[in-house]
Amino acid sequence: MPSESMIESPLARLSPEEIEAIGAEFDAIHDEVFASLGDKDATYIRTVIALHRQLALLSRAILLGSRYRPAWLLGTSVLGIAKILENMEIGHNVLHGQWDWMADPKINSATWDWDTASPAEAWKHSHNYVHHTFTNIRGKDKDLGYEIMRIDPHQPWHPVYLLQPVYNLLLAAFFEWGVAVHDLDVEAIRAGTKDMDELRRQVRAIGHKAWRQVIKDYVAFPALSGPRGFKTTLTANFTANLIRNVWSYAIIFCGHFPDQTYTFSEEETAEETRGAFYLRQLLGAANIEGSPIFHVLSGNLGYQVEHHLFPDMPSSRYGQIAPKVKEICERHRLPYNTGRFSHQLGTVQRTILRLAFPGGRPAPKPGPYVPPSDDRVTAPLIAV
Amino acid sequence: MPEQGARVHMPRLARYVVRGLEYFTWPLELDDYLELISPLWSTTELRGRIERIHPETDDTVTVDITPGFRWRGHRAGQYLRIGFDIAGKRQWRAYSLSSDAARPDGQITITVKRTADGVVSNWLHGPQATGAIVTLGEVEGEFTLPESTPPRLLFLTAGSGITPVMAMLRGLRRAGELPDTVHLHSARTPTGAIFAAELQALAERDPRYHLELQVTGEQGRLSPADLDDRCPDWRERECYACGPGPMLDALSDHYRAAGLVDRLHVESFEHFVLGDRTGRGGQIRFIRAGTEVECDGVTPILLAGEAAGLDLPYGCRMGICHTCTGRLVEGSVRDLRTGELTHAGTEIRTCVNCPDGPVALEL
Repeated sequence: MPSESMIESPLARLSPEEIEAIGAEFDAIHDEVFASLGDKDATYIRTVIALHRQLALLSRAILLGSRYRPAWLLGTSVLGIAKILENMEIGHNVLHGQWDWMADPKINSATWDWDTASPAEAWKHSHNYVHHTFTNIRGKDKDLGYEIMRIDPHQPWHPVYLLQPVYNLLLAAFFEWGVAVHDLDVEAIRAGTKDMDELRRQVRAIGHKAWRQVIKDYVAFPALSGPRGFKTTLTANFTANLIRNVWSYAIIFCGHFPDQTYTFSEEETAEETRGAFYLRQLLGAANIEGSPIFHVLSGNLGYQVEHHLFPDMPSSRYGQIAPKVKEICERHRLPYNTGRFSHQLGTVQRTILRLAFPGGRPAPKPGPYVPPSDDRVTAPLIAV
Repeated sequence: MPEQGARVHMPRLARYVVRGLEYFTWPLELDDYLELISPLWSTTELRGRIERIHPETDDTVTVDITPGFRWRGHRAGQYLRIGFDIAGKRQWRAYSLSSDAARPDGQITITVKRTADGVVSNWLHGPQATGAIVTLGEVEGEFTLPESTPPRLLFLTAGSGITPVMAMLRGLRRAGELPDTVHLHSARTPTGAIFAAELQALAERDPRYHLELQVTGEQGRLSPADLDDRCPDWRERECYACGPGPMLDALSDHYRAAGLVDRLHVESFEHFVLGDRTGRGGQIRFIRAGTEVECDGVTPILLAGEAAGLDLPYGCRMGICHTCTGRLVEGSVRDLRTGELTHAGTEIRTCVNCPDGPVALEL
């Protein structure tokens, strides 16, 4: 029967000493990676950034002929991929400060801006600070359902959630705008605790970003295609933004909402130690299995667990530390949440549909991590 | 934010064109795309390419750099901040330019002595440096000759202190304005003297230039008292001296005693000396970090903060680059190089200032 603590967290059976020992193991992984950062890492991010810019140029060039159907299709796909790279592997990760160690003022969380409606400043607060600090703490992590969805059975039901399956689809299509509005902290505005000057500043910043994006994608580039190509380039750019929105929605919703993940109450996490912080991140995030290309296109958020353990570690290192994290999980009989993309996304959609209605209970958890036997290992689609 | 290179000055029309094109590139800048063609085309940060590295002595090399845009010039004797990308990380250093500004090939040179654990100097002595792209910062420094060349000059240099003076000599020679000059240069060994051959050749060709090399490993160091002997008319010459701190301190004392302070111009490249300049020390409140730190009267604020585990911005750590600045909200600080006092309400450099009583900083 559902109760306040509907499911027992694996944290409960660990002694404080064990928790701190596990924390020290995670610290060691962090330190080892940061001590070895060098030319290879810098070359990686500079290559991805150059790739994005080349793809963007290529797609814009192809779309000059967007009134021809094959050009429209090809240009839209390439632009969609470019925008995905820019948001996921570059923007999100640079804004986390993953590349600040390079001391390059152009690839730095203090100076970066990205091709999305959310201004970098507001994003860094709502995502880097609020979400990554209070991950999956009910009532504190505003990304748990984004203040508009019932994603956890602990959240009390309200009739408005009956519409959740509909606005879920709208959110997928216009994800960037959803994120921008979410950064404003709608709940605080409603409660009247939001500083009005700050709100004005943030709305103006979103307005400026929206304006530049509308000019670029819906005026400047369409105009470049000439009067006969204006409309087709506009629809191509709109579609590319749509592709990027749906993709980032799908990846991000698979990060914390699949069945395997745990949520926490404020009491459980009061006076949390460093070790317990790591364990909450471990239990609250879920990975997606995929090929190396999948991981780059998802900003390495397929390694959501590793990302939540070490948000400021260069994303290209997550795949490298994943076996060590799994090994820690296996040894301490802890879960390591992971699954195929279709499976993870499927469980998320099922939860969204189920919790639109009253009631519901947390999904059963998979238990301690067991290394897969060979036949369960998914071979990469393309090995690079 | 990390230290940045110098902005390239663009004509107004070019700026308008760039601004227009940035409606297409937003949120990136046009630069971000130009860099795909050549990293030297960056206008938000001036870059240069290391063309050639050639040895001067066993432990010193000269580095030829081609700037991305036409060199905007410098005055001989000034130094340049350069950012080197080494092991993925940008390292900023200040080097005296050893070239004069009027080189027809538009190149600039620095001359770098290898130090035991110098990240940059060792890299410049290695094989990867040639062809590398570097970021060029601002040209700075007051160690320069006046507009009209003094009729009689005295150069006193030691070790790698020769570099800014070499730039002066090259500039004077190119302009055909080399006056009556005495140059006393000290090096530990005869083969360790940087630019020895070029200086020797100049001395043989030009009777106005008189060079004396002091091999300190054999003859011992020059002391200011030797000036009467080595350059009897030193009192009538405009003196430019560059070398280690103690040498410059002794010279300053000597010129002060002779009442000729105005004739002496010095440049030291060692970290500023934490000599007799002290503040009162005090409590530092870092407002943004939410931390309070106790600091004595000889420790720069930056060091005190770092000792307390804070991750503060910094660049040169010698009061040149202004990367470490933070707003002084309360109290006063004292500059450990000049003894100058600064009061609340302005930006201060944490690397060279120490609190004078309790202070609060917007950092």
